Amino acid sequence: MRRLIVVAVFLALGGVVLFAPWPAPAPSQAGREIVVRARQYAYAPGVLRVPKGEQVTLVLEAEDVTHGLYVDGYGVDLVAIPGRPAHKSFVADRSGKFQLRCSQVCGSLHPFMLGELIVEPNYPFWRAVALTILATAGTLVFLIIGNARPPREVCP
Amino acid sequence: MSLLAPPGPAMSAKGVELTRWPAVLGLLKQRALNWLSMSLSLVGFAVAVLAALYGTPVGSANFGIVFVWIVWWGLFMCILLPLGGRAWCLVCPVPAPGEWVQRGALVRPPEDGRNGSSGASPFGLGWRWPARLRGIWLQNIGFLGVALFSTVILTQPWATGWALLGFLVVALGLALLFERRSFCRYVCPVGGFIGLYAMFSPLELRVRDPAVCREHRTKDCYLGNAAGYGCPWMEQPWQMDRNAYCGLCGECLRTCPKDNVRVSLRLPGLDLLVVRGWRLDEAYKAFIMLACAAIYPVVLLGPWGWLKSWADLAWLPGFGLYAAAFLALNLAAVPGAHLGIAALTRRAAGLREVPLQRLFVALAYSLVPLGLAAWLAFTLSFVFANGSYALPVLSDPFGWGWNLLGTREFAWRPWAAGWVPSLQAAVLVAGMVCAIKTSDGILRTFVGGRRAVRGLLVQAAMLTAETLAFLWLYLGASA
Repeated sequence: MRRLIVVAVFLALGGVVLFAPWPAPAPSQAGREIVVRARQYAYAPGVLRVPKGEQVTLVLEAEDVTHGLYVDGYGVDLVAIPGRPAHKSFVADRSGKFQLRCSQVCGSLHPFMLGELIVEPNYPFWRAVALTILATAGTLVFLIIGNARPPREVCP
Repeated sequence: MSLLAPPGPAMSAKGVELTRWPAVLGLLKQRALNWLSMSLSLVGFAVAVLAALYGTPVGSANFGIVFVWIVWWGLFMCILLPLGGRAWCLVCPVPAPGEWVQRGALVRPPEDGRNGSSGASPFGLGWRWPARLRGIWLQNIGFLGVALFSTVILTQPWATGWALLGFLVVALGLALLFERRSFCRYVCPVGGFIGLYAMFSPLELRVRDPAVCREHRTKDCYLGNAAGYGCPWMEQPWQMDRNAYCGLCGECLRTCPKDNVRVSLRLPGLDLLVVRGWRLDEAYKAFIMLACAAIYPVVLLGPWGWLKSWADLAWLPGFGLYAAAFLALNLAAVPGAHLGIAALTRRAAGLREVPLQRLFVALAYSLVPLGLAAWLAFTLSFVFANGSYALPVLSDPFGWGWNLLGTREFAWRPWAAGWVPSLQAAVLVAGMVCAIKTSDGILRTFVGGRRAVRGLLVQAAMLTAETLAFLWLYLGASA
């Protein structure tokens, strides 16, 4: 019974960690343009950081062969050929880490040509961190309650 | 491992016996089951090898790359391995030609009713595997070799083709020299980690009543009879208490005249607490798998193009540095860190009477659930993103312009991209909880009460830190 109570309490706390609204910064009114240069098999810069709510214009420049830039979670897709940049705007309205992926076959390592868009604050990451610590605490409490029993088998 | 299950002996409940159902038992007893499943997978394997060697060099348009490293790997890591353990070994095509040649038969059981270790197979020398090479050290070395070159193998069709063909040739050669499935048991680089993670599987094959086996003198399950072959994996089912080396081929189900073999669903992870199974080679496998699960996201999924190029052999000195770091992390850094944690745990729990090496090996088994979760998280990150490559490749497996099913023009799009990080976090946290639970079970085989709790706190801190590191890889900013 005590263990069930522990499970229920920590599940409830986990729900709070996952779904409680965290304080959000005021959305930025200013837009920003980010130029991303693509070359086999990386983007420069490889990590883009933008505040949540900002209007972002991505400009993709291909330096060697045709490259694409697909933003996971946003569905934004650009294709640039050398000498002809591509650009697209979107509102970064979801916080977290989103992979940038090349969407045009550009060579052998094409599937692993990746970058990152970090929409800050990175709430999903911090929620996951809090959930992990909570899960550890809950598991320990659960196990310690059960540890009053004698050892299962004693090894020499 | 079920969190609600009480620790200790009560966990060794037999679970739900699937072979109580006549349909399941009848299916598993079908001799043609193994031949049919291996034949089908062998056809896929042959197409993959041919496409890899003769098809387009563009990996994302080649059946060999897409179906081996996205479709098969995804199904294998996300479903077959966590749920079925060694179920893949039942259908694996790699040992099939060797086994068929060794037996001189595709389906039928041995005519003389025996295929024991005396080399009764019609073809092949039937030697016993050298005692000094037993264990999974060779599998560890083989896996490290494949893993070191994995960036090339994963992306270059020719490399995948030769690697697959190499597996087949080595398996065939060893089947001609050594008894039974010596390749699978002692050499296969994939089989090593399947065995490790199969111990966390909820599926098990065991004897119903060991007392029946003790009184049964002919040991048909090991030696074979007119109903089937002796265990190809050289397991003695009456002694088996772990999934690690049972290939789930079902031969013992067919040969047991006492109907004393069962297949059951049970709580996952029980095998990790089997004290007599704890071995240094398996512990190292756990370290290697955990290290690789951390290295691959950095190299393959990170934003650093130079690192990918180094791992891809684009610049040999760079590859040399990569290889040195890769091997150092696998063989020294991760085991060394865990040795330190084992020493801290030993001190915290007051386990001076337990040799450090024994505790180091035992606690390595707590990494199995976390390692499996980390591999699952890594697999999710590229399977959903690249799964849509499978549809065009189905229509044009060689990249020769065919359009067999009319899906060649299907455009690449990541699937469920917004959900993958949440799934990865959930999997990692679940793996960590199971790992802490396993740590508790392991520690409680040595000591109980407050001493076990103090040791558990150290273990929990380590496992939490490792989980947070994996979370950072998938949800945090790399720079």
